[in-house]
Amino acid sequence: MGSLRQLAVPQQVGLLFLIVFGALTLATIAVFLHSLRDLDPARQATHDRLARDLRAVWIGSVLFWISWVLGAVAATLLFALVSFLALREFITLTHTRRADHRALIAAFFVVLPLQYVLAGSRAFGAFTVFIPVYAFAALPILAALGNDATRFLERAAKIQWGTMVCVYGMSHAPALLLLDLKGFDQRGAFLVLYLVLVVGVSQLVQELASRRLRRRPVARRISRSFSWGSWGLGALAGGLVGALLYWITPFKPPQAFLIGFVAAGCGMLGELVMKALKRDAGVRRWGNRPSITGAVGLLDRVAPLCFAAPVFFHSVRWYFGA
Amino acid sequence: MTRAKAAGLFMSFLARLITGAQGHWHGCPPKAEQRIYFANHQSHFDWVLIWASLPRDLRAMTRPIAARDYWTAGRLKHWLTREVFNAVYVDRVRTDDQDPLEPLAEALRGGDSLVIFPEGTRGSQGEPQAFKTGLYHLAEQFPGVQLIPTWVDNVQRVMPKGEVVPVPILCSVIFGAPMQLRPGEDKRAFLARARDAVITLRKALH
Repeated sequence: MGSLRQLAVPQQVGLLFLIVFGALTLATIAVFLHSLRDLDPARQATHDRLARDLRAVWIGSVLFWISWVLGAVAATLLFALVSFLALREFITLTHTRRADHRALIAAFFVVLPLQYVLAGSRAFGAFTVFIPVYAFAALPILAALGNDATRFLERAAKIQWGTMVCVYGMSHAPALLLLDLKGFDQRGAFLVLYLVLVVGVSQLVQELASRRLRRRPVARRISRSFSWGSWGLGALAGGLVGALLYWITPFKPPQAFLIGFVAAGCGMLGELVMKALKRDAGVRRWGNRPSITGAVGLLDRVAPLCFAAPVFFHSVRWYFGA
Repeated sequence: MTRAKAAGLFMSFLARLITGAQGHWHGCPPKAEQRIYFANHQSHFDWVLIWASLPRDLRAMTRPIAARDYWTAGRLKHWLTREVFNAVYVDRVRTDDQDPLEPLAEALRGGDSLVIFPEGTRGSQGEPQAFKTGLYHLAEQFPGVQLIPTWVDNVQRVMPKGEVVPVPILCSVIFGAPMQLRPGEDKRAFLARARDAVITLRKALH
């Protein structure tokens, strides 16, 4: 595979998309053939869920491809939009009060756009501290000015958490696009693709493994499917995919494996945290079915990415001293 | 495309971006029949939300009620209600020789659907206030028009009274089963039944 690294960027891009869309097409054909058979209701439900998940991956890949064609600015805007929709879902699920109105407006219409502007202008110093330092000081101040002490700490924490996960975490994905590494210019988008694929595959493997293994769940009250066994398999799969993709990254194969393993592991743990949050908000149903609030489950999909992206971004940056 | 149509599309896009504006048809399908939707009223945003959650071909024939003195005061407000939403104007100041429901009856005779908020004013939180009698008179005059109870959920969180900028929070609009005035039904009993139908929809949600 070393020879793949020698290819010019456009050739690598072409090859990658051939692989990704080829695999997607094959999966779609398989699912379609499967749908022709007679299925009992339980299997039919599993099948429908799989078909929906596949559709989501298709949409994601096509969006990703469009943003690639349009360049870094369009990609940043795209991630900002996803960030907005995820934060909208998060805030819908939490119980905010009237006094939080100004803080919420600030989170949506000031913090979110500014964070993405900082990412887009490659001001990575400010980008890294803007939310944890400045936004976290400003949001509770705005909430306190709302003159309502009921469950104040809880409300402030929820808004900060939503901002942290949906805005801060997510914004690291487009920041990867713009990261300037020595001898690796123009190829930031590969890092994003690497991250998305690693996290996506690990989630899929974890889900399949948890169904097959039937191990004892680690935190039954939060997730019935999360066990260390399935987590380990998922992270391993993430690492392997990462190693296979080393030729699109600046890493050597062992590094690519290690970084893929860490990012995938973080992503799955992030999903667990998100499940805990949803349980707390009283949402039992999961995935695609619209819940009581009409939230459609975007948050579940992007949560692993939101947790993995900052860890990935900062470890890459630290390692390369960029 | 005219400017009004473009503005309409933009408004519904904005409503969807901010609130999702999801329509849930629990008791009836979204069909192009003549209907009166009656809903709880918590915010200025209610109408836009109901309107955006309707399929596009129903939007054209579904009209809101607007207070003439307020919504014709500025040029923008007037244009918005007249051209974009095709509102039915009513006078808040009652004159002796005029039936305040006459503009609504005229719109219904013309075959349009209406959205009304029978509470009259925007309520604060919790239960809707008692319904005003207009709904009863319309049901009496137009027995052929379906009356659809409608619950607008969560919208008070988007824009509480007194705030100007909406916060993006997902909202849903639930349309219930059509109801009608029963033969010989008392005015008060009908209004209570209509109010209950709206409240029941909320319970179906939570």
